[in-house]
Amino acid sequence: MTSRSTVTPQQLDAQDTRPLPRFALPTMRRVQDYAVVGIFLLLFIVLSLWTSAFFTKTNIVNVLDQNAAIGVLALGETFTIISGNFDLSIGSVYSLAGIVGIMLTPILGAALACIIAVLCGAVLGIMNGGLVVFGRVHSFIATLATQYVIYGLALVVTGGIIIQDTNPGFLVVGQGSGGGMEWAVWIMLGLAIVTGVFLARSVFGRYVYAVGGNREAARLSGVRIGTVVIAAFAISGTMAAIGGILAASLVGTAQAGTGTGLVLPAIASVIIGGTSIFGGEGAIWRTVLGVLLFAMIGNGFALLSLNATYQEIVEGALIIVAVVADAWARSRS
Amino acid sequence: MPDGDAVRTDHDEVIAEVRGLVKRFGSVQALRGVDVRVVRRTVHALVGENGAGKSTLGRVFSGAVQPDAGTLLIDGAPVRFRQPRDAQRAGVVAVSQELTLVPQLDVIDNVFLGVEERRAGLIATARARDRFEELTTQLGFDLSPHQRVRNLNVADRQKVEIIRALARTARLVVLDEPTSALVANEVTQLLDIVRRLVANGTTVLFVSHALQDVLDVSDTVTVMRDGEVVSSGPASEQTPDTLATAMLGRTHDLSFPTRRPPTQAESVLSVRGLGLRRRFEDVTFDVRPREIVGLAGLVDSGAGLVAGAVAGVIRPTRGQMLIDGVPVRLTSPTDALRHGISLLPESRRDEGLFMRRPIRENVTVGKASIVSRWGMMRRRLEGVLVGSQLRTFDVRMSSLDARVDTLSGGNQQKVLLAKSVFVRPKVLVAMQPTRGVDVGAKSSIYSLLSDLAHDGMGILLVSPEIEEVYGLAHRILVMHGGRVIAEVDPKAIAYDEMMRLVLTADRTGGEGAA
Repeated sequence: MTSRSTVTPQQLDAQDTRPLPRFALPTMRRVQDYAVVGIFLLLFIVLSLWTSAFFTKTNIVNVLDQNAAIGVLALGETFTIISGNFDLSIGSVYSLAGIVGIMLTPILGAALACIIAVLCGAVLGIMNGGLVVFGRVHSFIATLATQYVIYGLALVVTGGIIIQDTNPGFLVVGQGSGGGMEWAVWIMLGLAIVTGVFLARSVFGRYVYAVGGNREAARLSGVRIGTVVIAAFAISGTMAAIGGILAASLVGTAQAGTGTGLVLPAIASVIIGGTSIFGGEGAIWRTVLGVLLFAMIGNGFALLSLNATYQEIVEGALIIVAVVADAWARSRS
Repeated sequence: MPDGDAVRTDHDEVIAEVRGLVKRFGSVQALRGVDVRVVRRTVHALVGENGAGKSTLGRVFSGAVQPDAGTLLIDGAPVRFRQPRDAQRAGVVAVSQELTLVPQLDVIDNVFLGVEERRAGLIATARARDRFEELTTQLGFDLSPHQRVRNLNVADRQKVEIIRALARTARLVVLDEPTSALVANEVTQLLDIVRRLVANGTTVLFVSHALQDVLDVSDTVTVMRDGEVVSSGPASEQTPDTLATAMLGRTHDLSFPTRRPPTQAESVLSVRGLGLRRRFEDVTFDVRPREIVGLAGLVDSGAGLVAGAVAGVIRPTRGQMLIDGVPVRLTSPTDALRHGISLLPESRRDEGLFMRRPIRENVTVGKASIVSRWGMMRRRLEGVLVGSQLRTFDVRMSSLDARVDTLSGGNQQKVLLAKSVFVRPKVLVAMQPTRGVDVGAKSSIYSLLSDLAHDGMGILLVSPEIEEVYGLAHRILVMHGGRVIAEVDPKAIAYDEMMRLVLTADRTGGEGAA
């Protein structure tokens, strides 16, 4: 009986290596897991059939472009939410990064200015994470507070006014295009793929799920919880800064308050995709679907000339459906 | 020891009674036709080994468990409790092992939670305050009503639970293992409280396996074994020894793999004079490769804490640990893992598994470096390694990507075992490795542990199910009151004899102290 307990790659030929069946039978839970895909496809098909304007390249690219910044924001937030935390400061980081980008471009050039702005986001994220880990403050409160601090910082830097950029180098990020789409869309799609693969396939990604899913088990398994949480915040800070730069260069201006209204929509996009608000569950592709679902609802209202007042009611109702489904799934297991 | 003519009881004197009680949990027959009478204004103790059915019986009285057959009578009238609330209405309240207070609330608010005295829809503070004073004076407690419960120690929290029981006009209080979380002087205090409760007209059902406590406080002792009552009679006629004799001699339907000899090699783990203030002291032992060393003791013996210290979860205050002869100071589970000590934690749900994540992730999370490169998981390699490991463990699953919570308890426990050995430890600290699994899964986990040891691992086994420690270990350290009182060879000592040591700390039956 050689090594019945642990197996090394070399010992494998002696072992039974029949592949295990890869797919479980569809269950109620699976249906629930993928409900968001169904809703997304349904809406997509309905809109395509209903209006001729929806399924056109111009419209689709436009919708993507308009949602590139919030999409990037939501990608970052997915990491903190799965780790069992909230990052409410992303809106302020978003604003500040745009401001830093515009202000530094004349001095350092667009590329370096953007890099510094993104680094600012990462540093602010690390500080958020540090506050949560070492200060033992609930992330909701910690980032509620830093949100104001960062907003205040942005006010101080700008003197409270809108700052304008005239440097074409900076504007190219948000306004330039190539391959039939704006750079901003390419950047968002690229980031979605990178973060998606990273979260699903990296060791760090595993740890994010572990910490959010069962903190004590993660600790006993030797996972460095503090490091993982701080890194998750660093990612959401970084992504918020990238989103802020995209937005600032799209419109060519920045001001302290631009990102404030985007925090809750970003969180809503994450949740509606099926990522659990309790942490430990979720995925980047879900966030992408969540962002696109909201985008499609807005687009649909516009194309069908429906009264936009009802749009918010529909969106709110969808959020309720998503969280109730999550809560039910939890109580049953 | 019949409860016959000497204590002929009138029906008025019996507050609660069960007749022909039967209860099954899956494949486990917890109660097989139990008859017990509890006399008003007495302390009635239920004793028995782990799994004898005493806790289940206590929980039937308090409405937490519904029997499959048999009747429960309160004040001579048959009742059916569907939930603890029904029992409370009838005056039966449990003070459980797991305390159930709201830590953020004040003492007084916890006491009256759910039974607040109201005036015009608001809580009548003054009246509640008066009632609280009345109850605490009655019991001789010195507790400030406006202290936060989270600032109280275990003993004081227990007092709050007891006041809370009385605030619900409890006539029968069920205390389930009340002394297990207490240190010596707190135990004395609790026993005083129990006496005072009875002096004030309450009846107490005292479920415990701490025999001396039982004898100190109770009027009647009922001994259970294998889900049956083996004796019931006045406590004054018993000694710890006679009780232990009655408790033991139960039938064991578990099968264990044959022991294979450990190596004579140097110890992989040496523990020297380990101590934790007020909890355990002067614990010294060695674990060699291929050896299973058991720690046997009751819940309050300190055995679980020693295991926690070895696994880096608890920091001991004294003593030394050596791994492969090199002194180490473990400050965290991560640290312990780095030194080759892996923990199989007690509760797979709270401390072990990520229930809503795929099986594969659960197994590899402790040492992802084996199945990753440049920080990215090598899913194919992971699938092959985990798949082959779990096949060896005979885990029934639809797919490696299925969530752990889709598995049965026994298979979950095997995944937990696979997780704790995936890190390829030198020493596995296994705490209650078969918790909450059926008999079949138990014996296959026993064979797996035996195989793991045979392949070179040293295993430190701790379990409140003493029989599995006895059945698996090469050597057993018996702990009592935070000390190792004996080291025994399970092949050279009968189970009942060892159990007597565990229960009574009486060394005459053992081979002497370690």
